[in-house]
Amino acid sequence: MPFVMIMKTLRALFTLLICMTLVFVVLRLSGDPATVLLPDDTPVEVQQEYRRQWGLDRPLPEQYLRYITGLTEGRLGISFAEQRPASEVVLERLPNTLLLGGCAILFALMLGLPLGLFAALRHNTKFDRLAMGLAVLGFSLPSFFLAILLILLFSLKLRILPSAGSDTWAHLVMPVVALGAGLMGKIARFTRTSMLEVLGQPYIRAARAKGVFALRVILVHALPNAAIPILMFLGIEIGLILTGAVVTETIFAWPGLGRVLVTAVAQRDLPVVQAAILLIALIMVLSNLTVDFLHAAIDPRANLFRGKHE
Amino acid sequence: MTLTISGARGASRQTLRMPLAIKMCAGFLVLIALIALLAPILTPYTYSEQNLIKRLNPPVFMGGDWAYPLGTDNLGRDIYTRLVYGIRTSISIALLGTFIGATFGTLLGYMASRRRGLVDEIVMMLVDVQAALPAFFVAIACVAFVGNAVWVFILLVSLEGWERYTRLVRGLVISEHGKPYVQAMLALGASRWRTDLKHVFPNISSALVVQATITFPWTILLETTLSFLGLGVQPPETSLGQMLGSGRQYLLQAAWIAVIPGLAIFLTTLSMSLFGDWLRDRLDPSMRGR
Repeated sequence: MPFVMIMKTLRALFTLLICMTLVFVVLRLSGDPATVLLPDDTPVEVQQEYRRQWGLDRPLPEQYLRYITGLTEGRLGISFAEQRPASEVVLERLPNTLLLGGCAILFALMLGLPLGLFAALRHNTKFDRLAMGLAVLGFSLPSFFLAILLILLFSLKLRILPSAGSDTWAHLVMPVVALGAGLMGKIARFTRTSMLEVLGQPYIRAARAKGVFALRVILVHALPNAAIPILMFLGIEIGLILTGAVVTETIFAWPGLGRVLVTAVAQRDLPVVQAAILLIALIMVLSNLTVDFLHAAIDPRANLFRGKHE
Repeated sequence: MTLTISGARGASRQTLRMPLAIKMCAGFLVLIALIALLAPILTPYTYSEQNLIKRLNPPVFMGGDWAYPLGTDNLGRDIYTRLVYGIRTSISIALLGTFIGATFGTLLGYMASRRRGLVDEIVMMLVDVQAALPAFFVAIACVAFVGNAVWVFILLVSLEGWERYTRLVRGLVISEHGKPYVQAMLALGASRWRTDLKHVFPNISSALVVQATITFPWTILLETTLSFLGLGVQPPETSLGQMLGSGRQYLLQAAWIAVIPGLAIFLTTLSMSLFGDWLRDRLDPSMRGR
């Protein structure tokens, strides 16, 4: 593997380690989980036993070492609330979040890309303004507010979509729209900017001058070049999707990672919060790394597969 | 990025030529600021005053009475009063959060630009970590385990976007130091502090202002989202997000409890975004027409 990519991978791993450490520090800063978790009238002996059982009586450095070695072996502690491994609690919900997030990204791309594309082609016309107005509306509407408006309209007024649950495909519609709308707006706007930039380049004028079909100019000459910044942009916005997923999953009772996190926080279930946050950090780091690799694969100028001096 | 003093002056001359939509946004933001400032004068009740006979009263435009112009919630509290105080809380937290985040980020960025090497590496590493883990998740973890005393909450909200200021300031200071005017100042014998404070900082400040208009709506959204989930501002205190969150259970009987504060959040973030876009176009002519 070329040097730059090795560096990127190392940096990603290092970021993960820092995240783990931060999570550990923050969660221990709060004081004694045993007093927080057990009822007030619990006998002292039981509390002691509890601390011993979970390793909470050990000095912090030892707790930290146990924690890190545990992580490398895939042990994230036992959920206080559910009495089974926290990694299990979190991982079994991951597919649901990936399904919801994936559909939301797909929805955002399928609507945002054409919207931005046509806005750029019809630059400074009524359609452009309408499309950009829609885009601004999309990313200014907070997902929780949009979710509530959707429920009001489609569940309570029209009664055509279920407001909570995850049994059928119909359950997926509103969460996907609520989650994807913000990204759709951003993609539309970004695509427009990106396309306008590319359409102003000399090679587009050259292609037009030599008589290439208008459609071919757009699809073959302009779009691939405009797609590179859009791809990079998507990588950055994964965080937005994950944040939005917490809210949308909570509102629509969608059994995903975000809902587990909120429940665990409410119950002060330390290991589960820890596992969920780490999994989210892992998803973010991995998706950013994937975008970097994809970028290098698509764009020969990105130079990532070659060394600096080649 | 070419942001010069002349650019900033040009902008102040053009402020009168705001398009109508931007004027409306600016007007709305002024209105929100006034509401936040004058909350006690504007409200007929206190925000926690209950009237159990008048529970779930609809707003005037849905057939309610004028004693409660925007209706009442499940405990018979006046929505209008709670809205005014909710705006006050949300705006105050967001302003403080944005200010703390901007100051912290700017200082770190400046430090990184002055002391390259180890300090720079550490700062940029922190920036990377923050970029890998959205502020929202850091805040969620902290709120759950450190609790949500108001000052903790404000600090957590200020996490939103600080790394953007750091990146921005670091890059801008380094690039300004490559320009002839800075070289000239230093050659004339001005100290680095003086050069940076009197000459470099004014030149990069417009970029910081633009960044602040971008971050401010995010900060509002972070606060409202956390409060919506019940992890932020706690009852009996109120914020826009908290009103929306608690109103969610009454959508069927009394949709206005949730919709009214939701509209307030939406209109505030929308106005700020549009105003920020417009300001960026004014201050950075290279982005015009995009």
